[in-house]
Amino acid sequence: MHFDRIKEKLSILADAAKYDVSCSSSGSQRQNKDKGLGNSSGMGICHSYTEDGRCVSLLKILLTNHCIFDCAYCVTRKSNDIKRAAFQVQEVVDLTINFYRRNYIEGLFLSSGIFKNADYTMERLIAVAKKLREEENFNGYIHLKSIPGASDELMRQAGLYADRLSVNIEIPTEKGLKLLAPEKDRKDFIKPMEKVKNEIIQYKNEKKLLKKVPLYAPAGQSTQMIVGASGESDAEIMYTSAYFYKSFNLKRVYYSGYVPISHDNRLPAIGSPVPFIRENRLYQTDWLLRFYGFDIREILNKDYPNLESDIDPKLSWALRNLDQFPVDINRADMKMLLRVPGIGLKSVHKIVSMRKYRKLDWENLKAIGASLNRAKYFITCESRIFETKDRTAAQLKGLIISGSESKFKKELSPQLNLFDNHSFRSA
Amino acid sequence: MTTVLSYDGSFQGLLSAVFYIYEHKLCKVSIVRKENSHPSFFDIEEEIITDLEKAKRVWKGISKKISARGRRKIYKAFLSEIPTIENAILHFIQRTFSSEVSIEDDFSDPLILEIDKVSKKVDREKHRMDAFVRFQLTVDGIYFATIAPDFNVLPLNLEHFKKRYADQQWIIYDLKRTYGIYYNLQKVEIIELQISAEINSTTNALTYFTVDEMRFQKLWGIYFKNSNIPSRKNMRLHIKHVPKRYWKYLPEKKN
Repeated sequence: MHFDRIKEKLSILADAAKYDVSCSSSGSQRQNKDKGLGNSSGMGICHSYTEDGRCVSLLKILLTNHCIFDCAYCVTRKSNDIKRAAFQVQEVVDLTINFYRRNYIEGLFLSSGIFKNADYTMERLIAVAKKLREEENFNGYIHLKSIPGASDELMRQAGLYADRLSVNIEIPTEKGLKLLAPEKDRKDFIKPMEKVKNEIIQYKNEKKLLKKVPLYAPAGQSTQMIVGASGESDAEIMYTSAYFYKSFNLKRVYYSGYVPISHDNRLPAIGSPVPFIRENRLYQTDWLLRFYGFDIREILNKDYPNLESDIDPKLSWALRNLDQFPVDINRADMKMLLRVPGIGLKSVHKIVSMRKYRKLDWENLKAIGASLNRAKYFITCESRIFETKDRTAAQLKGLIISGSESKFKKELSPQLNLFDNHSFRSA
Repeated sequence: MTTVLSYDGSFQGLLSAVFYIYEHKLCKVSIVRKENSHPSFFDIEEEIITDLEKAKRVWKGISKKISARGRRKIYKAFLSEIPTIENAILHFIQRTFSSEVSIEDDFSDPLILEIDKVSKKVDREKHRMDAFVRFQLTVDGIYFATIAPDFNVLPLNLEHFKKRYADQQWIIYDLKRTYGIYYNLQKVEIIELQISAEINSTTNALTYFTVDEMRFQKLWGIYFKNSNIPSRKNMRLHIKHVPKRYWKYLPEKKN
């Protein structure tokens, strides 16, 4: 390895890959084989965290940041004046193996700018994964980007070497895509996704009949959407998300608050803040859909096209549906317990196991860590003391906000925002 | 008067103490590690001799009543080395034996909740070691790492590393408890080493580690720096995930 050359490539191609937020390394079933290197059958591991607080689990790099496309939101767009570089296949293999042996990473997340055409690019990504699996007997995690427009045959091969495949749809609406990436077509994103979905189903069916079936993308597919680049509502984002979860059996949809990287007047200007709160609320909604049994129409609809920023979406739903409360902690079924603000998945499981032994009171709920400052207005338990007053949704909201400390306090305070704007303008 | 049973700090020793309590039908009793034992004038002190057979019998008895997960919980709580944890474990075992059904999920019992919470803390520390161990390739071709975890988690990490690094020799050494685990390409052994205090200092690095080792650490540092998005900087979150006491393990956090 030529270290000085690798150093420069690594700095350019890691930098170019960092806007892809996915770094998950969980959900695979790949076990160590023939005393080779690596195992990805356990849970995901974050080996480090960058200063922006994001997990570092995989070596996340682009094969190259040369690109024939000119998507306005993308840092590697053709018209952007930046340093370009390209790794050789062997260089990526060596980096991955040596980082993995030192326990820096769980594996590789390889993406790429599009050079020449979709198939040519996809072939190179597959070549790296194939070499890792077949020549190095590497059983760590591999996440490959599905290149929009890649052929079915290549997608079939990719799934045989990769644990996860993903296509980033990036822009939640078709009209946004037309505006920001006029050369791209939604159909090109969907095609490889559809192929991988069908292959996964087929391999699963074969596994029911045959003993030895090779793994095919055991950790499934994911995608990512940029939030706040093309003026879409929360409902538009989450309905797109729900559609993709359902139609393509996605494991994850990631939401990435747009980080301004361009002076293009179709986009938020450089220096405008990254929409952190919004991103957080979208993830909370995503969790409600996947783990809490909510339907997207309950949370976002024609009357409520956007999420409230000052309270979480579950509390927001509860305040609109006060007729469903209070819930009796000792009798309610799991489905209803999951809908109580301030009571999360872990608390629900604890409540269900505990109440086999005795009726639960406030002390029990406090001991297991339920957030009673929110929950107390929505539940009854084995006690004569509870919030009996009839309050309106607005009164409850005020009470809960005044009784809790949000991690977004600074961003939510109107005075502070005003002050910040002033200081920006005068500067 | 309380009977204070002191044991040698091994898990079998603790189970032997439990056996002793049932054998002698003791009521007011407390179990402590020998090194933590400071009996008061009014206590009766007994020293427990570890007996593998008796320990096995107690464990078998527990196994009939609670799940494998419940038994793991007891073991993990034990590895916390928290000075009073033995008595919580004793309570857990006593309730197990006196109940018809498994009591492992009765979190309204404060000591059972305590065992649950402590075992989770130990789990978290184990998971952190899975994440933060950083091997350095020594001049003799062994991937070597030192740790100093809050709890004695190395026995829990063993399987994970054995499965993962099956084709390389490695050592993970606990500096705090002065023992390590060594995989010699066949099996994992417990070892004790004389380790120089300066092994992790950069000035002498090349005495112990290869030239390429230093290069890969540098490359890793470059990767770490370039995958950060400065406009999203959030040090509070960063430190929450990587508390400062773990920075000493991580080449990317050494300037």
